Amino acid sequence: MLRYALKRLLSLVISLAVASVVIFMVIEVAPGDPAQFMLGLNAQPDTVAALRAELGLDLPKWQRYLSWAGGMMTGDFGMSYTYRTPVSQMIADRMWVSLPLALYALTLSTLIAFPAGIFAAAHRGGPGDVAVMGATQLGVAIPNFWFAMMLVLVFAINLRWFSAGGFPGWDGGVWAGLKALTLPAIAQALPQAAILARVMRSALLDVLGEDFIRTARAKGLSRRQALWRHGVRNALIPVLTIIGLQFAFLLAGAIIIEQVFYLPGLGRLIFQAISSRDLIVVESVVMLLVFAVIVVNFTVDLAYAAVDPRLRNRT
Amino acid sequence: MSLLSIENLSLSIHGTNILRDVSLRIEPGEIHAVTGESGSGKSMTAFTVMQLLPNGAKASGRVMLGGDDVLQADEARMCSLRGARVGMVFQEPMTALNPVKTIGDQVAETILIHGAMPRDAAYARAREVLQRVGLPEDRFPLSRYPHELSGGQRQRVVIAIAIALQPDLLIADEPTTALDVTTQAQILDLLKRLVSEDDMGMLMITHDLAVVADMAHRITVMRHGEVVETGPTAELLRNRRHPYTRMLFEASTHQVNLPPLPPPAPLLEARDVRRSYRLPRTRLLEAPGEFEAVRGVSFTLNAGERLGLVGESGCGKSTLTRAILGLEPLQGGEILLNGAPIRAQGREADAIRRSMQVVFQDPFGSFNPRHRVNRLITEPFHLLPDPPRGAAREAAISEALHAVGLSPDDARKYIHEFSGGQRQRIAIARALIIKPDLILFDEAVSALDVSVRAQILDLLADLCAQYGLAYLFISHDLSVVRSVTDRVMVMQAGEIVEEGITEEVFSNPQHPYTRALIAAAPVLDLEGAA
Repeated sequence: MLRYALKRLLSLVISLAVASVVIFMVIEVAPGDPAQFMLGLNAQPDTVAALRAELGLDLPKWQRYLSWAGGMMTGDFGMSYTYRTPVSQMIADRMWVSLPLALYALTLSTLIAFPAGIFAAAHRGGPGDVAVMGATQLGVAIPNFWFAMMLVLVFAINLRWFSAGGFPGWDGGVWAGLKALTLPAIAQALPQAAILARVMRSALLDVLGEDFIRTARAKGLSRRQALWRHGVRNALIPVLTIIGLQFAFLLAGAIIIEQVFYLPGLGRLIFQAISSRDLIVVESVVMLLVFAVIVVNFTVDLAYAAVDPRLRNRT
Repeated sequence: MSLLSIENLSLSIHGTNILRDVSLRIEPGEIHAVTGESGSGKSMTAFTVMQLLPNGAKASGRVMLGGDDVLQADEARMCSLRGARVGMVFQEPMTALNPVKTIGDQVAETILIHGAMPRDAAYARAREVLQRVGLPEDRFPLSRYPHELSGGQRQRVVIAIAIALQPDLLIADEPTTALDVTTQAQILDLLKRLVSEDDMGMLMITHDLAVVADMAHRITVMRHGEVVETGPTAELLRNRRHPYTRMLFEASTHQVNLPPLPPPAPLLEARDVRRSYRLPRTRLLEAPGEFEAVRGVSFTLNAGERLGLVGESGCGKSTLTRAILGLEPLQGGEILLNGAPIRAQGREADAIRRSMQVVFQDPFGSFNPRHRVNRLITEPFHLLPDPPRGAAREAAISEALHAVGLSPDDARKYIHEFSGGQRQRIAIARALIIKPDLILFDEAVSALDVSVRAQILDLLADLCAQYGLAYLFISHDLSVVRSVTDRVMVMQAGEIVEEGITEEVFSNPQHPYTRALIAAAPVLDLEGAA
């Protein structure tokens, strides 16, 4: 098990190194000079050159890569070209919105999907199953921005339970922060929950058809006991895969929901940075998201091994 | 009072009649075998006793397990009977255990679920039971997972689960069908010993008459959901009153008449064939290990000759078969067909492939269900530079179907409209249609019922006489190989350990492994019983 974990860790480090090079190169080949962009089209060539020197843009590429990558490891992400503030500070502020939102949404999605999926599988073909499957069909089909608008309409404008948007920060207390994130989290979670519930159901149905479920029944376990003791854990492998993918999506792909609810999250930051050619911010946020995805995959790999003993001795 | 008494049991599933008026009894200490071909209802009889039937099943009659009529018992009562009063062993040991739980947990669960004893005592009992079935704790600790055990060892765990609470009745549904012959012999011995030690009754479902003859005190023969004949083993074997029983026994000892061999001329030659697989790297900088599946195999198959290849699972016979088909790269040696090496790519590969065809084991999985028979059996035509078209193609299809005993009208049908035996005929037609010199039969009759198997074997003999066909017959079933081959090779751990004229090898085996194989295989000896 330790060996397996170390191997996964090694592959994590290699993935990160490769990803950082790729991101750096892709951004380098993108057209547009940040110094030119910051100074406007009418700037004097020597002013632009001076700014390029100040930003370090005139150094060779490999030197810029090393200073960027090295800086990131020590938490120094460089200065934003447009805002002239440390990138690390900008990202940290946004991270405190995006990460809790993603975790909140993922928790909600799991809490909805597991019971729904297990219930549907246990009552396969019955009215409960049909109802759950119908609801998930709807959940997959409804676009999340439309659903977000409906949530705002009902809970913010009519019932006035939540505010329609914005984020007060965590200084006002955990509850105030969570409350502001609730509607966005629900809007994010529901489509994910619908997908996850379907995966849970079909994975569990596959497992319930296995021979060892029959063995369990022959021991004297009831249908329910066999499902809980032998079914659920075996069904977790495909479910964990989907959860990992969903977390990455929730973290990076929240831009629409952030826009709908006026949340200062990573999605909006990267959008603004791209439109203003703030390459250093784009690089840093993308790298951070890649880092998050790779760490999530690493965690999922460890979870696989915890669930399934057959994977522990794998290389 | 009998341990189990089934009286006039009828069963239908979603309105389809499965069983009709089935009656049988089992006394303590008695092994009662129920046998018959697929669709006879023998397994459904067992599942009715356990009340583990599919949805939509309706049963009538009486099934008395001790004092309980299981057809009247509610689900809660059945849960308390299953595992405690009646245990069950299944056919497929590779999938019968939960892969994510230890064997100790799975055996102890039977005891704990019935609240028979506290946790510590339950695990102590699990340890004892595993010891009893031949898995002592020093070599097989309770913390083992199923994937760390072989098929035979897993079947022992399944048996331990079934007997953990010393049930009165043990139901074994084809308990050794998925196992190798030597493992089968050990598991049958174990079951026999457990039955006599615990004075259990045992209901044994099996299609294998040789196993039945060896094990059972009483035999019940079933067909189409009805009991055809029942009686004490010796008496039933001797008299075989019912014509179906007679047919069944004759079919399983069926001998075919192979045409005489033509003068020897090499067709397929294997010279020092080696195939090894890289094992996963265990250390970062060390070279990965290798597993040699086939280690230097040499043989010659002459034109018109019927050669057998036997061996247990994992001996390398499947790898060798794939290598002959050109589907595996070789690490050494060469395989020649008509003098040309078969590893060639491109046009030459086509020329070689069209003189060699294959028939696989699974008559259900080896056809594309969306194609009609005429398209399926003409698939090999793509190997020909100028495949027949129009009337010539129709004529070829009719001839191939006719040769395997089917009607030309079957060409327009889809594969699901055929039975297992008919599908295997279609597979043979597909192999025959381009008139190959050699056909490989990879366990081609293993999935078939004995009566169907006998017909297919006769068909092979006919085709040999008609087309001068040569084949390599790969099988784990010694009695079949004995009847349809001229020469046989015995394979163990990647090597051919013995080779010779079939009759001589079987009657006077030289290698200890061959002797062990032949000794382990149950033999249906009707003359001896008479």
